[in-house]
Amino acid sequence: MPKSSKVLESGPSRLTVRKTYKLYIGGKFPRSESGRTYVVDGDNVALASRKDARDAVLAARAAQPKWAGTTAYNRGQVLYRVAEMLEARRGEFTALGVPGSEVHAAVDRLVWYAGWSDKIAQVTGGANPVAGPFFNISAPEPTGVVAVVAPASLLGLVSVVAPAIVTGNTVVVLAAGPQVAITLAEVLATSDVPGGVVNLLTGRYAETAPWLASHDDVNALDLTGVEHPELAAELERAAAGTLKRVIRPGAATDFTADPGLRPMTALLETKTVWHPKGY
Amino acid sequence: MTVTASAGLSDLRSFLHGLPGVDKVGVEARAAALATRSVKATSKATAIDLAIRMVDLTTLEGADTPGKVRALCAKARRPDPADPSCPPVAAICVYPAMVGVASAALAGSGVHLASVATAFPSGQAPLEVKLADTREAVAAGADEIDMVISRGAFLAGDYNRVFDEIAAVKDACGGAHLKVILETGELGTYDNIRRASWLAMLAGADFIKTSTGKVAVNATLPITLVMLEAVRDFRERHGRVIGVKPAGGIKTTKDAIKYLVLINETAGDDWLHPDRFRFGASSLLNDLLMQRTKLTTGHYAGPDYFTLD
Repeated sequence: MPKSSKVLESGPSRLTVRKTYKLYIGGKFPRSESGRTYVVDGDNVALASRKDARDAVLAARAAQPKWAGTTAYNRGQVLYRVAEMLEARRGEFTALGVPGSEVHAAVDRLVWYAGWSDKIAQVTGGANPVAGPFFNISAPEPTGVVAVVAPASLLGLVSVVAPAIVTGNTVVVLAAGPQVAITLAEVLATSDVPGGVVNLLTGRYAETAPWLASHDDVNALDLTGVEHPELAAELERAAAGTLKRVIRPGAATDFTADPGLRPMTALLETKTVWHPKGY
Repeated sequence: MTVTASAGLSDLRSFLHGLPGVDKVGVEARAAALATRSVKATSKATAIDLAIRMVDLTTLEGADTPGKVRALCAKARRPDPADPSCPPVAAICVYPAMVGVASAALAGSGVHLASVATAFPSGQAPLEVKLADTREAVAAGADEIDMVISRGAFLAGDYNRVFDEIAAVKDACGGAHLKVILETGELGTYDNIRRASWLAMLAGADFIKTSTGKVAVNATLPITLVMLEAVRDFRERHGRVIGVKPAGGIKTTKDAIKYLVLINETAGDDWLHPDRFRFGASSLLNDLLMQRTKLTTGHYAGPDYFTLD
């Protein structure tokens, strides 16, 4: 019996409507460009190809300037809205086998990051004291398009996506646990998150991640979900070709712990402005 | 110049209206079917280089400056400065006022210099003004002229006037090649596009071009298919080879390759040459270069590594 059938009520009087888990690119749910699918726990899931990854980068790049230009306050509201929608769909996630406590933790994590949206600039930026007649101001700016190899759990997925987007980046996520990831995509699609800000690809990340690591139009690479150290090292080498930011935390990250500011600051670039001061 | 003398036809109107009608559903289905062809690996590399050699790199903005035109000319000579094996484009296409600047910047490069003329893009000006526009552009160094037809006259059925205008502009071009813009988006039907193509070819066009790029509907595959059929049939009948130039709205390598497939299947591979087929485009070139870089380096290229223009 497919995993998704636990989400749906079925009875003798009607046929169940089986769900195909598709990709989430540019705010839409397309099938893989390659037409490939694979079966996970009895469900048909789209198997993303390198061209889907390329399309996702195009969508993320197109969405990035506008998302970064949205006020921090507004981005916080959008994240809070995601938390609301996730809370409302709690039953759907528990039916997929996610513990209720983990759904709560994921909602709380989203609310926590939503609160940081208009505060992170004050903590990581500010006026610098300089010896000269200048106003000298540092302000954090988003890195750009971030490719993420996500961990399998819902909390892990939320914990890598939220810090990236709250600061104005857009993401291409190679998700493990396709049913949970695409159900989260349905949450995002109904939460005022503009299309292209989060793109989720399901399938085998070992196949698609190298294309994202070497892609000239990807600015950062988050390797949190990569299990094999050799593959992670290979991806880091590929990323070096375009001087991408690379995040590679230890293998056993505890997502229930306080994440601190590092997940956000790792995807921010500091811009410092020297402005002449008149007397 | 009379119709009889140039085309051996007794009456232009009855000839144009005697052309077989275009099967709208058929031509659209044919173009859509050809667009599904997959071109891969070495064929794709060849197609991309051919497409680059076919580009008429265009800037037709009110805000064009000599500096912008010079930058574009530099790009036309060496589209990818990082790769000397990348071929130059076919031509630069500018307004007549910028021809002098472009001519100096392209000297000795082998890149052609096209200028739009004849009150581009509307064509709504007296014939004398159009001819003066053309002569000035040629005198300033343009070796290709892109003229617009009077769509108003064509749609009103005044074919002789359109014919005479094209013939007069061809005369004013001297040695320069004449591309005739039909502005297919304003002609309404495929039948009209077929008639306008024949009219332009009979009047002396060296190229027929779809659009100015200034109206809502620009080049599409079915329109180009109709025009390619016209040049193919014209060669069978008159022995003269006319080129085709779709312009406007062709932005990706995928689009360009669809056009190359269309040429090969419709007019034949004689037309797979920059002297016979051109793309009127500006943003297309960067996409071609990115795809070319992807094939040579093995990883996806990004727009940050190519010029803004």
